[in-house]
Amino acid sequence: MPVLRMLVYAALVVLAIGLQVGPLSDYAIRGVAPDLLLLVVVAIGLTYGPERAAVVGFLGGLALDLAPPSDHVAGRWALALVVVGYLVGLLRDDARQGMVGMIVAVAAASFVGTSIFALSGLVLDEPGVTVSRVLEVIPVAVLYDVALTPLLLPLLIALCRRLRPSSDEWVRAA
Amino acid sequence: MRAWSPTRDRAGRRAATVAGVLALAAVTVIAVDATAEDESPVDPLRSASGEVFGPVETGLDTAADPIEEVADQITTVDGLRDDNARLESENARLRAQLETVDIDRSRLEALSALYQLGDDHGFDLVTAQVTAMGPAQSFSQVVTIDAGTSDGVEADMTVINDQGLVGRVLRADHGSATVLLIVDASSVVGGRLGSDLELGMLRGDGDLSDGGRLSMSTIDQTVQPGPGDIVVTWGSRGGAPYVAGVPIGRVESVESSQRDQSMVAKVQPYVDFSALDMVAVVVGASASDDSTEQAAPPEGR
Repeated sequence: MPVLRMLVYAALVVLAIGLQVGPLSDYAIRGVAPDLLLLVVVAIGLTYGPERAAVVGFLGGLALDLAPPSDHVAGRWALALVVVGYLVGLLRDDARQGMVGMIVAVAAASFVGTSIFALSGLVLDEPGVTVSRVLEVIPVAVLYDVALTPLLLPLLIALCRRLRPSSDEWVRAA
Repeated sequence: MRAWSPTRDRAGRRAATVAGVLALAAVTVIAVDATAEDESPVDPLRSASGEVFGPVETGLDTAADPIEEVADQITTVDGLRDDNARLESENARLRAQLETVDIDRSRLEALSALYQLGDDHGFDLVTAQVTAMGPAQSFSQVVTIDAGTSDGVEADMTVINDQGLVGRVLRADHGSATVLLIVDASSVVGGRLGSDLELGMLRGDGDLSDGGRLSMSTIDQTVQPGPGDIVVTWGSRGGAPYVAGVPIGRVESVESSQRDQSMVAKVQPYVDFSALDMVAVVVGASASDDSTEQAAPPEGR
């Protein structure tokens, strides 16, 4: 992977995390802030497929686990976003065309990601994670991410496509 | 539609392997961090990432202030004719300026109230602004502030604002620090009832909305806290993690718990945790009073 592309990914991930814990937390609905990082991973999955999305999901998730003000056991977002990246990458042939496909992909990704994070908290017996809170938070998170999809995901996907060489595999496969 | 081809199939298997290995790596990190006793091997990584993300969060927070004001105004402009729109946005810009002045003024008021509080109690304060907040998806009530070790902030220091007790510092990096709010489910604060000086422990319920309450169980089970009683911090030896005498909240109602035969008081915190902005870290108490007790500091994370 060219250095430039890696730098752009890193910048995207840092910006997404900075925005979602920073300014966007002012727009939280019942405490739930939009998952920008998840949208970045979805965009990469829909453009490049499962392998790269899993790698970016892992590294981005680990950064989110470690970035202040996180206080949970590290590795939980990393695990959630690896799975999200891989699954969304598998969907890319069906989901990359059209808004409906994107929305379905984001809804699934948000549900899976938030659930894995929450369930890992339940398993680890982390304070504050209770079944009732989890059931309260997940639907809001999914709806919020879906609401942002029409605004943000096409932009992110366009950015990802610009980064790829024109002779890439799915262009030929399509 | 996906056309089957040997190349794709091989790429698919490779992707599955990569994802599987990374998932295992994530589980390993979780296991290492979750089973660590006092010092987790992950801690150095945390502070390294704090050095990177602290300034990013501070920068984005500062950059967002005027944008937020303008964005609020621009939503009303949509759909008007060009001429009109230009005037409206001009108007919006001016109003945004005005509102920024309002924010600045309320910050100034909060600041002077804080210094007053510090003077009253003999605390040395370092003021800071909340720059980031953990979302509900992470199930923990923690915020980042823009003061760190370079300002004298260290772990286990008390954080207050002009309304009362906010929380304590979990970790401090060079220019930022992570604060655990007292409404977090893992937070435990020693409290003293204003009416009869009885002691108790206050636990958060993980809810930072206006509905969030602290539950206080008194140590002496015969004590009956009354609604309206004021609760202040008990204070631990050396003022860490909590200094004594900071107002926490007001008793709202009292329930008796059958399970352990003690009274549990619901305490409404003074601080509005969903609108945290200016806070202050108590970096030293020049006049420590004798109400600091012999008891060990409350067990927190």
